[in-house]
Amino acid sequence: MFANYDKIIERISLNQLWDFPGGVHPPQQKTLSNQASIEHLQVEKTYYVPVKQHIGLEGKLLVSEGDKVLKGQTLTTSEAPFSVPVHAPTSGTVTKIANHVSAHPSGIPELTVIIDADGQDTWIELDPVPDYAKASKSELIERICDAGISGMGGAGFPTHIKTNNSKPLEFLIINGIECEPYISSDDRLMREHAWQIRQGIDILVHILQPKQVIVAVEDNKPEALETMSIACQQKINYQVVSVPTKYPAGGEKQLIQVLTSREVPANGLPIDVACIMYNVATCYAIADAIVEGKPLIERVVTLTGQGFKSPKNVWARLGTPIQSLLIYGDYDESQQSSPRFIMGGPMMGFTMTSVLTPIVKISNCILVPADDELPNPEDERACIRCSACSDVCPASLLPQQLFWYSKAKELEKAEEYNLFDCIECGACAYVCPSEIPLVHYYRQAKADIRNQKEEKEKSDKAKIRFEARKARLLKEKEHREEKHRLAAEARKASLSTDGGGAKDKIAAALARAKAKKEAFAKQASNAPHMTDSAESEKTKAVSVSEISTEVAVSQTAQGASPAKDGPEDDTAANKETTEL
Amino acid sequence: MTLTVFALAAIALLALIFGALLGFAAIRFKVEGDPLVDQIDAILPQTQCGQCGYPGCKPYAEAIANGDDINKCPPGGESTIKELSALMGVEAKPLDAAHGVEDVKKVAFIREDECIGCTKCIQACPVDAILGAAKQMHTILIDECTGCDLCVDPCPVDCIDMVPVDVDSSHWEWKFNKVPVGDIPIRQMS
Ligand code: SF4
Ligand code: SF4
Ligand code: SF4
Ligand code: SF4
Repeated sequence: MFANYDKIIERISLNQLWDFPGGVHPPQQKTLSNQASIEHLQVEKTYYVPVKQHIGLEGKLLVSEGDKVLKGQTLTTSEAPFSVPVHAPTSGTVTKIANHVSAHPSGIPELTVIIDADGQDTWIELDPVPDYAKASKSELIERICDAGISGMGGAGFPTHIKTNNSKPLEFLIINGIECEPYISSDDRLMREHAWQIRQGIDILVHILQPKQVIVAVEDNKPEALETMSIACQQKINYQVVSVPTKYPAGGEKQLIQVLTSREVPANGLPIDVACIMYNVATCYAIADAIVEGKPLIERVVTLTGQGFKSPKNVWARLGTPIQSLLIYGDYDESQQSSPRFIMGGPMMGFTMTSVLTPIVKISNCILVPADDELPNPEDERACIRCSACSDVCPASLLPQQLFWYSKAKELEKAEEYNLFDCIECGACAYVCPSEIPLVHYYRQAKADIRNQKEEKEKSDKAKIRFEARKARLLKEKEHREEKHRLAAEARKASLSTDGGGAKDKIAAALARAKAKKEAFAKQASNAPHMTDSAESEKTKAVSVSEISTEVAVSQTAQGASPAKDGPEDDTAANKETTEL
Repeated sequence: MTLTVFALAAIALLALIFGALLGFAAIRFKVEGDPLVDQIDAILPQTQCGQCGYPGCKPYAEAIANGDDINKCPPGGESTIKELSALMGVEAKPLDAAHGVEDVKKVAFIREDECIGCTKCIQACPVDAILGAAKQMHTILIDECTGCDLCVDPCPVDCIDMVPVDVDSSHWEWKFNKVPVGDIPIRQMS
């Protein structure tokens, strides 16, 4: 069905690649930022390190407020399989652990470790692997996890999970495409650190044992292509491939399709077609972690857009607030009528809610566009059914249908039209003549569907609990009734065997009770004594309620379920006494 | 003659076989309960709050199956009414305000230092979401609480609050007007 291994190798060596459907060619704008080498920044005063920076679970905190930390010290554990730790970006003091605006489109505050730097920037003791070729697979994977590495290309998938592969693997693909306009962080990284990226690839090859390594670089980055080719030329099964520039060629599924013609199934993973893909920045971080023993605490961030007077690439520690980056890039306020800072590129990025938003593992770019540089997203008009969007969709979807159903909240229909295959690349919105923010509608619909599913699960659970409770109450009631019936039978039996004696006793007791009642009635008609009797009633009531709580205690002591029915037991007890 | 007999016998035999088959299927694939009620019940939110005027979602589902209005469930709100109207083939009406209004999702929270351990809330909770014993401090299992509000009134010392559930970023619905803090006004991207 798809091309086999030999065929793919042959076509790649001839540089005859395949293609993916659709795609667009937005203006590249890369030269704005990719001219100068990556700059190192001074140590910040304060860092905001979010505890969760990847897809999955956050780890448990290892530090508390007031603790002194060293650069590279682990701040959270990685117990659960999908959790990835975070590390201190510099040495200093943990001043606060609290919710802080998140690097997410919503900006919803999330748990963040706030560290005040001491200016010394002292590393913890580093623990490199002397010779990774002698280390076991599992040790290396554990080290990758402990170094806090998650996919740095955008999705933030935990790298150690991806690397722990047991399925047959043919192609290890290294993604140096960086197809999104403006961004040049991977470009600069490949130009300046090709050898370290190669080292990272070597480690991955040692762990994964692929048949072939493909390093894919878009043909608009000739310098990066050259440095990567030089770095990889001695390895016979490493092939550096120049991929024609087209957005979104860097999408995981799209790149696999371009290189191998294979299509990753919906809901599937690349490994289902015998491929695994890593971003170049991730490879760099892996080499750092294994060869130098350094955890992931910084990454390359592109500062670009006409809102910066000096756009460039910088090494930014994770947790750096973008406010400082605005200063480094020389933010020019006069270019914007109102502030607008985008994390990520113009196609897939999001506008930030606060200048204190921290840089996280997936932040590859801060884009500050001038007013007329990017279209104003508020000029939405009606869809004219031109179908320009479906022509460019790389996932071969029908964006106008998806838009229609998403807007009308016909979520089932949207799912039928494969909403979840949409990679949110924004190509459709880019070409839409009506300037409809299509992806925004898809994201809303996806979130609604996910929330509804979760709600459904919860309501199913509630139903089960409700019914279980009903059944339990019923059983308890039956149990009580059975007890009463048996007691009554026993009494009847004792009555008949005991003959007149017992009957006499009962008659005498009834007579006594009647006499008491009469006396009581007399008393009651006597007004001044009434409060007295009422009080005695009250004390009686109190004692009864005490008894009932004791009943409840003894029940829990027997390991009864949390909810028990005190009053019903109460009435039962009362019934029993009256019956006796 | 023999032909007629043969034909009749064949037909009788076939009738017997199919009859047996149908009889077997009726027993083997018997549908438990009333499927319509179950379908309606599956749409209702299972908050079990009784705001619809019935003691729980299932009784309301039965009432709908018998022709009651579909707009009496406030926790379900608009989306539930929409689904019910599609299932029942009746027109979707706005929520009947007499039964309450649609609210944000909430869960109960016991101010634990004030709780006297009376067990009253436990008896009220329809889904056993409260943990505690007599004279002991009680607490709510947030994951199980449906936010039905039924435990609030029985509490003699008023120590139960209904608090709105915090939205985290993975449950956020991409509504930019529902963003909490932020010193930069948000405009949607792409
Ligand atoms: S955002 Fe989704 S629908 Fe639009 S072009 Fe990309 S994949 Fe297709
Ligand atoms: S490109 Fe825009 S206007 Fe054209 S069909 Fe798609 S959504 Fe409608
Ligand atoms: S109002 Fe409450 S009890 Fe009635 S159907 Fe809705 S959630 Fe269930
Ligand atoms: S804890 Fe209270 S609000 Fe929550 S389900 Fe139980 S009774 Fe309802």
